[in-house]
Amino acid sequence: MNVIVLMKRIPDLVEDLEVDGSGKALDAELLKLTLNEFDDHALEEALLLKEAAGGEVTAVALDGEEVDKMLFTALAKGADRALKIEGAGAVDGTVPLARVFAEVIRGRPFDLVLTGVQAADDRDGQLAPTVAALLDLPCVEVVTAVHPEDGKVSLHKEYSGGVVGEFEVDLPAVLGIQAARQTPRYAPVSKVRQIQQSATLETVAGAAGNGGGLTVVQMTPPETGAGAQMLSGVDELVALLESKGVLR
Amino acid sequence: MSGDVLVVAEHLGGAFADVTFELLGLGKKLAAAGGGSTAVALIGGDEAMAGGLGAADRVLAVGGPELADFNPESWAAALEAAVEAARPRIVLVGYTAMGMDLASTLAARTGMPHAAFCVGAEAGERVTAVSQLYGGKMNVTCDLGAGPCVLSVLAGNFPADDGHADGSPPVEKLPAPAARGRVRFKRLIEPEAGDVDITAQEVLVAVGRGIGSKDDIEVAEELAEALGAAVAATRPLIDAGWLPKTRQVGKSGLKVSPKVYLALGVSGAPEHIEGMKSSGTIIAVNTDRHAPIFNFAHYGMVADLFDVCEELTEAVEERKG
Amino acid sequence: MSEPTPPRPDLDFAPRERVKRQSYVESESAVVEGIDISGQWNRMFEPREITGYDLTYMDKLTALPGAESMAWCYQCAQCVPACPVDTAGGDYGPRKIYRRLQLGTDIFDHSDLWLCTTCQNCVRVCPKEVDMVQIMPAARAAAVLEGRSVPGELLEMFQKVAEYGNPMGESPRKRVRWTRGAGVEVRILPKDPAPVEVLWFVGDYYAYHPRGVDAAQAMARVLTRLGVEFGILGVDERCDGDSQRLAGEPGLFEELAEHNIAEFGKYEFETIVCSGPHAYNAIKNEYPKLGGEFPVQHYTQFMSARLETLAPLLTKPFARRVTFHDPCYLGRHNGDYGSPRRLLQAVPELRFQELFRCREQGYCCGGGGGGMWLDGYAAEHQVERLSENRVREAIQVGAEVLAVCCPYEVSRFEDAVKSTGNDGKLEVLDIVEILDACMEQG
Repeated sequence: MNVIVLMKRIPDLVEDLEVDGSGKALDAELLKLTLNEFDDHALEEALLLKEAAGGEVTAVALDGEEVDKMLFTALAKGADRALKIEGAGAVDGTVPLARVFAEVIRGRPFDLVLTGVQAADDRDGQLAPTVAALLDLPCVEVVTAVHPEDGKVSLHKEYSGGVVGEFEVDLPAVLGIQAARQTPRYAPVSKVRQIQQSATLETVAGAAGNGGGLTVVQMTPPETGAGAQMLSGVDELVALLESKGVLR
Repeated sequence: MSGDVLVVAEHLGGAFADVTFELLGLGKKLAAAGGGSTAVALIGGDEAMAGGLGAADRVLAVGGPELADFNPESWAAALEAAVEAARPRIVLVGYTAMGMDLASTLAARTGMPHAAFCVGAEAGERVTAVSQLYGGKMNVTCDLGAGPCVLSVLAGNFPADDGHADGSPPVEKLPAPAARGRVRFKRLIEPEAGDVDITAQEVLVAVGRGIGSKDDIEVAEELAEALGAAVAATRPLIDAGWLPKTRQVGKSGLKVSPKVYLALGVSGAPEHIEGMKSSGTIIAVNTDRHAPIFNFAHYGMVADLFDVCEELTEAVEERKG
Repeated sequence: MSEPTPPRPDLDFAPRERVKRQSYVESESAVVEGIDISGQWNRMFEPREITGYDLTYMDKLTALPGAESMAWCYQCAQCVPACPVDTAGGDYGPRKIYRRLQLGTDIFDHSDLWLCTTCQNCVRVCPKEVDMVQIMPAARAAAVLEGRSVPGELLEMFQKVAEYGNPMGESPRKRVRWTRGAGVEVRILPKDPAPVEVLWFVGDYYAYHPRGVDAAQAMARVLTRLGVEFGILGVDERCDGDSQRLAGEPGLFEELAEHNIAEFGKYEFETIVCSGPHAYNAIKNEYPKLGGEFPVQHYTQFMSARLETLAPLLTKPFARRVTFHDPCYLGRHNGDYGSPRRLLQAVPELRFQELFRCREQGYCCGGGGGGMWLDGYAAEHQVERLSENRVREAIQVGAEVLAVCCPYEVSRFEDAVKSTGNDGKLEVLDIVEILDACMEQG
């Protein structure tokens, strides 16, 4: 089973985020990027599929800050190949990114394309269904378990309330992964450093993606409204709980 | 272009999801602003179901029983057919597990601009929408042009009441496009019963990433025991296997509205807020004073959840004994 | 005639296939030279094989560079009573690990690999120089690299350190927030470079943990009152990496060390002063191997060398019964037991009481060698945590205050005070907090 994993780095939500001078974008100076955690799950699921059914896992990402390290980490985890897309220019938005990815993987041999179900910066929609539509491939989002069979996969799609739908999908297909069957494995820095010495990343030219038709008008932190009334200590908290009648 | 709005009805097992009515309520407002009407795309539903959509001006019933069970491929095709027939200015889809299979696909295949994570929208000369991004930390207002466009709307942000009305709207039937059959629905799996039903609890002690590790959840469990409450959790903890799915609160988990919701180390991402915002009293404890949860909580403490848990458990035990 | 071997429950962990049980011959009746020795007096034991062990796992371990000394153990068992984990009910110690390896335990997939805190007490007493402080990191690195069963808590910590430069997973940008409440100016060298006497390596716990922040702020005030020109690396500082090196991630350690060494290289200073013994150990003994040689001291060494200036500043009394916990990495690992004591002796009205297990015999708090992030794991394999054992000792010697000088310890011991049900009976303070309390402010 040959699997392509589409990965991207997004602003790390651990940081405080601030708007820059234009009022339309995040202050890049203060930004720390991190791998989209759902893409990490997609990579893990891909590696599990390879361990179960053989085949090759290729990690693909757009050139950018610390992308090299991210791709080497994917190799350290067990991916067979890593593709870095260069020359696509500034790609702002999930739809233009999907176009870049779609053009790079079109015509390559693969059974599955896995990527995270969503990302915190998905202003204009999700990557998986967009890439799938551009390549005219079937797609299922919010996938939590993928089992390979002959020429198809059976999978679980998660609805709310813990309800799960079981589906069968013909290959090739695109899946948006919610959670891998196990926590994404840790790639020891020792191993990543070894790989950085021994492996080279493949590069491929990317065509600039067009915008998705959205223009950002402004970016603001959400209104705090009345906001929470702050309590100064556990005593106040106990009094509050008592007043609500939940302490017996 | 007309100011018409097309709302995608979401249903599972013959029952409409609340979000359908939230979208309907929003849709009517947007349609009114644009001088248009509101239609609902009911995919795989029957006349009886259409009867529940009284607030709509008309219902486009696409396909029949063969589409009754949600299928990403056939529903996306059915939606495209409905859009072609209705030619709306705005298509409203819920930002849900089903919606994710529909909205982006429709947008990519038709080239329509699409705004996701929507918490607000306006239909003037141009359609604008507010998307809540970065885990709820930023609201981004976007211009989608004059139309047509697609909006994926976060559930729980608009009143469902606005989408309810008596009466049966006129139903137009559309045949479902020929099935390509690459995606096949097998069956629905209900969650295992037997664990605590967090939707029936009066008090919930919810833990988020701030709890740090699976073993530390014990601290919250002790507090829950003292309070006669149950422990709930945010999605990342469930994904990591630290607690069973039956404890998950949020967009992809359960919706709860207990009397008291104590959120410990929960940052307040929109997906989680969606699951608990209608709780009676929301109390948040987080070491980060900028955590978005403080925007939704009624009360808060900028403190270490472990200290608070310990002290609170002690205080509650003392009062009991 | 052979009788069936009697049961030996204490040998029951030994897989039968590997160790033949002792068997014996006994005649029903035996008379020798007219003396009747029937019964057990005529029991004769058959020769028993004692060298037929499968040494695959032992050999695999001792083949790793650094782990060779495990093979030298001759089972004298001096190490077991010295091992803090065994004392805490962990059934541990180099001798036991050796024996279990001999009997076929794959250490790379066993709790034996993760309970050692590298406190070095065993090395101190071992006549054969079996060095767990070399063996454990070598074996752990192999286990991590091979993806063997490494405790999840530890992997999570590695992930956070790799991504954020600190084990809490806190934003690196918030590393200087503690300076706001210090009450004195703290020079942040990247923003405000100037030659300084001291480059103070603050450390993760001082920067981010609430009790660490208390100590950091106290340190800033004490250094200022001492008239020391000091600066910190601010958000450019990363975890020293020593615990990560010992817990199985030498690559991560290298990455951190290379970064910190490059940062140190940007500034002019006379000496580095560390809040914590682990950073001190790293910068003194490990960073030079990566090309980073800098004069470095632990803060107790720096301050006790300046007692002439410091003592007169300690004007407010601290009339409490205080005991002191020797941190393994300042004490046993680097030979300094005097500096912290000289500081405590300078505190007016402080009544000092040694712990039973002090100085070279100091009992580990459990935080070293990765133990800081393995409390959940340790709880499954020990009767109590090492910090709990130590706290009970402190109370037994009649102390009101347990003084420490390692940033790991305050949180560990405060936790242990509560979990042993001694809340309110023992206060845990960093020595610098005591010094700060004795000084006039402003």
